[in-house]
Amino acid sequence: MKLLSRFLVAAAVVAVLAVGWLLLRERGHAPVPRADSAVSAARLQDPALVARGAYLARVGDCASCHTAQGGAPYAGGRRLPTPFGDIPAPNLTPDRETGLGAWSFEDFWRALHQGEGRDGRLLYPAFPYTSYTKVSRDDALALFAYLQSLPPVRQPNAAAGVGFPYNLRASLSAWRSLYFNPGEFRPDPAQSPEWNRGAYLVEGLGHCNECHVARDALGGLPKQATLTGGQIPAQNWYAPDLGMQANGGLQGWSEQDLVDLLRTGRSARGSAFGPMAEVVTQSTQHMDEADLRAIATYLRSLPPRPPPAAQKPLLDTSALVDAGGKLYADRCAACHGKDGKGVAGVYPPLDGNSSVDEPTGVNAIRVVLLGGFAPLTKDNPRPYSMPPFAQQLSDREVAAVVSYIRQAWSNHAGAVQERDVAAYRHTPVD
Amino acid sequence: MKPLDRLRPALHASALLVLLAFPFAPRAQEAAPVVPDTLRQRIAACTACHGVHGEGTPQSGFFPRLAGKPAGYLARQLQDFQNGLRKYAPMEYTVRGLSPAYMREIADYFAAQQVPYERSPVPRLPADALARGERLVTQGDPDRKLPACQACHGSQLTGVQPDIPGLVGLPYDYISSQLGSWRTRTRATVAPDCMAEIANRLSAEDITAVAAWLASRELPADMHAQPAGSVNPPLACGVLGAKEAAR
Repeated sequence: MKLLSRFLVAAAVVAVLAVGWLLLRERGHAPVPRADSAVSAARLQDPALVARGAYLARVGDCASCHTAQGGAPYAGGRRLPTPFGDIPAPNLTPDRETGLGAWSFEDFWRALHQGEGRDGRLLYPAFPYTSYTKVSRDDALALFAYLQSLPPVRQPNAAAGVGFPYNLRASLSAWRSLYFNPGEFRPDPAQSPEWNRGAYLVEGLGHCNECHVARDALGGLPKQATLTGGQIPAQNWYAPDLGMQANGGLQGWSEQDLVDLLRTGRSARGSAFGPMAEVVTQSTQHMDEADLRAIATYLRSLPPRPPPAAQKPLLDTSALVDAGGKLYADRCAACHGKDGKGVAGVYPPLDGNSSVDEPTGVNAIRVVLLGGFAPLTKDNPRPYSMPPFAQQLSDREVAAVVSYIRQAWSNHAGAVQERDVAAYRHTPVD
Repeated sequence: MKPLDRLRPALHASALLVLLAFPFAPRAQEAAPVVPDTLRQRIAACTACHGVHGEGTPQSGFFPRLAGKPAGYLARQLQDFQNGLRKYAPMEYTVRGLSPAYMREIADYFAAQQVPYERSPVPRLPADALARGERLVTQGDPDRKLPACQACHGSQLTGVQPDIPGLVGLPYDYISSQLGSWRTRTRATVAPDCMAEIANRLSAEDITAVAAWLASRELPADMHAQPAGSVNPPLACGVLGAKEAAR
């Protein structure tokens, strides 16, 4: 079944790309030499512009993908796992041969805004130009000035580990015709400047929707739904729905809770972990209070969500849940409390926690297996941590305790099964 | 006890007063857990496997002992996991977001723990294999450019402050698997990585012999690492401050 669906997907891609290739094969363009750039070298060295670019690079969390584990910042090399293969992030330092040293601002703008490389090649959307296309030209210039100010690092870019047919760049023409419209952010005059700032950050440089929405089988983002939550393909974390109104993933969160989470990594409603911990550590903790408030203002305006369809469990899970309750009392209650309320500022509540209640259960399963520290931030330089239970609990025990917390107190999420735990026990952590 | 006895009537009286003052005080709600503001409490992610005092699991050798190892060495290991030089996914995940200062504090905590050493199982080896192990540890093999372990790890093999770990008191499985992981490049450190050079000059038989001899050795009365400067390392080691080759 899986093989058949993969074949059908591949066949559909081949068909679409054949048409796309015929339509779009003459798209290549030549790089703009730096000497011909409309932006002078002196302009790029303006310290105020560079400083603004440094801030914006934090907002976009560029370093997170464009830095290998233990590698020089922005020199590339981290491989982003996708269902279509690994895609290494390239070197953004101004090294002439391996980085952006020969790029003009026009080249950079085309990459950010249109998803095209310097030589006109189409870029993989692992580089989230689907969001970055909304970044203003002024902000792009500041980003470029900052990147050009970095010490050049000679580090050749690795080849993408993407298999047929996705390794054909012409596939990308087809993909783009389905999922990508170069555009720009258009402020909504009916909304406050603060709301518009938040929308610009969330939809553009913050590229929140790249994770916080479910992608389809071709890795495309839905045109309509935004920030409705979804499992991050290949990484196997669930990025929760960010709606703050009825039935939203952040229902019941105040703006302050959200600002707290983004600035400190913890809040009265839960802590950041997994990929979001890295986002907080590297990006959002460095953002201005005003920008964080703007983001909260925007998220607050996301529409209410439809109530979740009541699902009848296929199996009687009461024995599993009961066993989980005993494990919880033994192993979890000392920190998270019998009432699941946690300890303010130290251990997150599990009752009403959006990452406990998310549809799949993958987050709770993996947090139980991996444990780990709360994000380390300026506000929380010595975070508390949770023990990893991978070595202590069997798949069945993890399924039991996760099923219990997903149904205890005010939580009403579905039970998880032993085979779910087995599947995620060995997901690579990076 | 005596002074308390004398105070008892007063205590009773004041308890009574409290009860009278709040006759209808609601019963305390489900008390929130009290969380000690200690490093030990903060590092539950570490102690779950390595033990509250860093005692490790000497019987299996799977979770290494951390107690009493030199702080510089422990901090370096955390850094190496963070940078992906040392490979073990659960450790890499756990330390990925930690700051150098916090990692140093955690290293200091485990370095300061005093835990008695336990014996762990050692495979039975023929006498000539053990003799080979002893020779490599105490004299090395100049023909193969193998320095003696003692040349860096100290005459007592208990390590040298602040960066060189001891080799006695470690389980056989742990020592042999570390030497193996240098060869498979799942354990590395900043260049020049002298231990990787040495491990790659050892044969599989050498590793068995060295690990077995070390693990079966009587422990010296004083297991503390020797003072800084006790040794003059024969190889250039990045962990000891030797400059790495230009990158």
